[in-house]
Amino acid sequence: MFGYSKLKAWTVIVVSVFGLLFSLPNFLPESVYKQVPEGIRKVWHPVTLGLDLSGGSYLLLQVDTGALYKEQLTSLADSVRTALVDRKVRFSGLKVEGEGKEQYVSFKLLNSGDYSKVRETVLRLENGLQVSSSGAAVSVSYTPAALIQMTNAAVEQSIDIVRRRIDELGTKEPSIQQEGEDRIRVQLPGVQEPGEVKALLGKTAKMTFHLVDEETSVYDAQRGKIAPDSMLVPGDDMNEAFYVLKRASVVGGDQFQTANASFQNGTEAVVNFQFKQAGARKFSVATRDNIGKRLAIVLDGKVISAPSIQSHIPGGSGVITGNFTIDSAKELALMLRSGALPAPLSVVEEKVVGPGLGADSIEAGFLSCMIGVVLVFAFVFLVYGKMGTFANIALIFNGLLLLAILGLFNATLTLPGVAGIALTIGMAVDSNILVFERMREELKMGRTAPLNVINAGFENSFTAILDSQLTTLFAAFVLYWLGSGPVKGFGVTLGIGILTTMFTAIMVTKFLMLAWLKIRKPKEITL
Amino acid sequence: MTKIMNSFLEKTPHIDFIKIRWYGFILALLVFAGSIFSLWTKGLDYGIDFKGGLLIEIQTPAPTQAADVRVKLDSLNLEDLTIQSIGQEGTSFLIYTTGTKQVVQTEMETYNQVKELLGEEVAFRRVEMVGPTIGQELIKKSIMATALAILAICIYIAVRFEWPFALTSMVGLTFVMTVIVGFCSVFGIDFNMTIVAAIMSLAGYSVNDTVVTFDRVRDNLKKYHRMPIDELLNKAINETLSRTLLTSLSTILMLVVLLFFGGETLFGFSLVFLVGIFIGTYASIFIAVQLLRLFDLRKIGSKDDEGPYAAAAVYEKEAKKLPLQPSSCGSCPKNR
Repeated sequence: MFGYSKLKAWTVIVVSVFGLLFSLPNFLPESVYKQVPEGIRKVWHPVTLGLDLSGGSYLLLQVDTGALYKEQLTSLADSVRTALVDRKVRFSGLKVEGEGKEQYVSFKLLNSGDYSKVRETVLRLENGLQVSSSGAAVSVSYTPAALIQMTNAAVEQSIDIVRRRIDELGTKEPSIQQEGEDRIRVQLPGVQEPGEVKALLGKTAKMTFHLVDEETSVYDAQRGKIAPDSMLVPGDDMNEAFYVLKRASVVGGDQFQTANASFQNGTEAVVNFQFKQAGARKFSVATRDNIGKRLAIVLDGKVISAPSIQSHIPGGSGVITGNFTIDSAKELALMLRSGALPAPLSVVEEKVVGPGLGADSIEAGFLSCMIGVVLVFAFVFLVYGKMGTFANIALIFNGLLLLAILGLFNATLTLPGVAGIALTIGMAVDSNILVFERMREELKMGRTAPLNVINAGFENSFTAILDSQLTTLFAAFVLYWLGSGPVKGFGVTLGIGILTTMFTAIMVTKFLMLAWLKIRKPKEITL
Repeated sequence: MTKIMNSFLEKTPHIDFIKIRWYGFILALLVFAGSIFSLWTKGLDYGIDFKGGLLIEIQTPAPTQAADVRVKLDSLNLEDLTIQSIGQEGTSFLIYTTGTKQVVQTEMETYNQVKELLGEEVAFRRVEMVGPTIGQELIKKSIMATALAILAICIYIAVRFEWPFALTSMVGLTFVMTVIVGFCSVFGIDFNMTIVAAIMSLAGYSVNDTVVTFDRVRDNLKKYHRMPIDELLNKAINETLSRTLLTSLSTILMLVVLLFFGGETLFGFSLVFLVGIFIGTYASIFIAVQLLRLFDLRKIGSKDDEGPYAAAAVYEKEAKKLPLQPSSCGSCPKNR
């Protein structure tokens, strides 16, 4: 086919048709697009707009790994204590020390000859532990690998729970993803006030049920006179300041089947709950054996209420009372339903873009792209005349192809991304210019046979185009890797733009020129 | 019109860049030193992305003064509060307060208080809160990414060309990056992630520029075996000059449009890129290519004469021996 291999020619045709077809949804009026069957719309859709264009909220949440490790180590300390007592090892001052990743369980052996026995006992407790000693002091900690595993598991679980909590609010199409090691990125299109979401994510909502240790008074406990299997827990605002509770929980917070807010006695807001089967059984046993004793409900390390067990509760359902308003009861019920977070979350970054600003940005971006494209077209035409038209047609395909690929890969178009598209068009001309300049040189050297001039132009400029474009691709990669949100979007646009530019500037332009040669059979070309 | 443009661009210019190299170097050094000085003494005007804090963009129903907005927020005692009017109508303002830890923790409250103080009719167009640790991380990550990008580009050039090319382009690229960051420092441009994006793509653009000239040098090394290096480099710069000019012009066209019509967010981006184009082109011509003089390019270039241009070079030599063909030759086949 006119000195162009069939394969190449068909590639150009197929890719160009693809570009036309898949960029089309971006230009259809919404009313028309809505009539397309949904199955097709799933694949054939316009480019997704970033939050900075569509409006919405973006939250970056940090998983508090320090608290996570602390909790893990606290429970490790309990099992170490039990195991050592079992093996009749005498020790003192067992506690969790350190901060962040440098946390460990430490204790002193009364007989330092016990160390090897202790080491063996402790290592058998769990995988991923390391034990070290200096003199009589022993410290037990998790290996770095175990910490990483712990973090990953916690982040994964947090994402799951964050998603459930946000879904409960009925937010449309939230995007929740891990970012880096211990962060979670939440994007909520259309949400103007992330306050409600933040309130929901601000609590871990870890709820456990503990029997109250009626034998130890708070006064004694505060002075250290406390049994090793009991603990001192602060009360919520309106309750007693402190409670002494049994360490072992009757039922854990992972056992909630459902939870709903309702009113008790017509006025008091409460949370009704139903345990899962396993939880219900434990609850049944505990209530049967401890009638008359108090059962404390602990939420995030604070006792919210401690009612007396009036009777045996066999069915696994119950009522949580506390100082609730109907709203806070609803919030708690929602959190209990969706499960407890493995560690507290904090908002470290937040961006909210109103719909007005987004619309303005789209308008400004669209307008400047249009004006810019027209100017560049005029410029190319001015410099290269008729041959420039081929380059311009290729530029149009470049833009369409870029949009099509962005749409198909579900890439997000952000405001810097719009600049990326404009810049791609502006810089794409470079490849064409390189070709044309080489063609001019051929002409200057006295060669006029059009086919030779065209072929030489493309061949001689190929390495320059390839090398120069690929180096820019590196910059795009780095931007993708470095950036979050808008900047990442810019990197994506820039990178895809480079690929489409190489394709259109080399293949499409040449195709058009050769087709023109074939049809018009000009004797010479002018540039 | 096309004719005029063509006559302007048709002739390969003959500017002796090698001769004026010292002026070029000295100017580059001065600008470089100035950038370093400004970065050293004044530093960068880090935006919220890096510094952290709370930023709110509001729109008031009627034109008002930044001072009036400030008075309303006075009672909050916000730290480092700046209020900036944006746009021409006098209805849009940026409220920014820096991210001391305290502010961030009570960011929600601050936002609510601001909302209350300004009243119902004020529209909140944008709210951004960035914690202090995020910014610090971002600075580190940006510096690392920049270094990584330069390194990756250099390795690519070393592979595709030869190591002197990689070395000089690295010098050129470091110059471009330093001077553009220096420009941001001198003119107090709000240094945010969008600016970093502009600088990164500028790195791509300026290497692009350098590589095109390098490609010509590589080409010429294979074509002209006896030409003195100075002349050869000069020729390469001059031959690619019209391309450099045209590409810059078309990119500049786009950027000027973005500058004026792209809105506030893209203004800084376009400005930095626009200035960067000049710096990048300058670095290509006066630094990256000219430093190649320091190396024995012939020795390196003579390694492979089998490259894609070996045949072209032979063809070229042969063609020179023959008399030029008339432009329309009756006996020539139309399409070979």
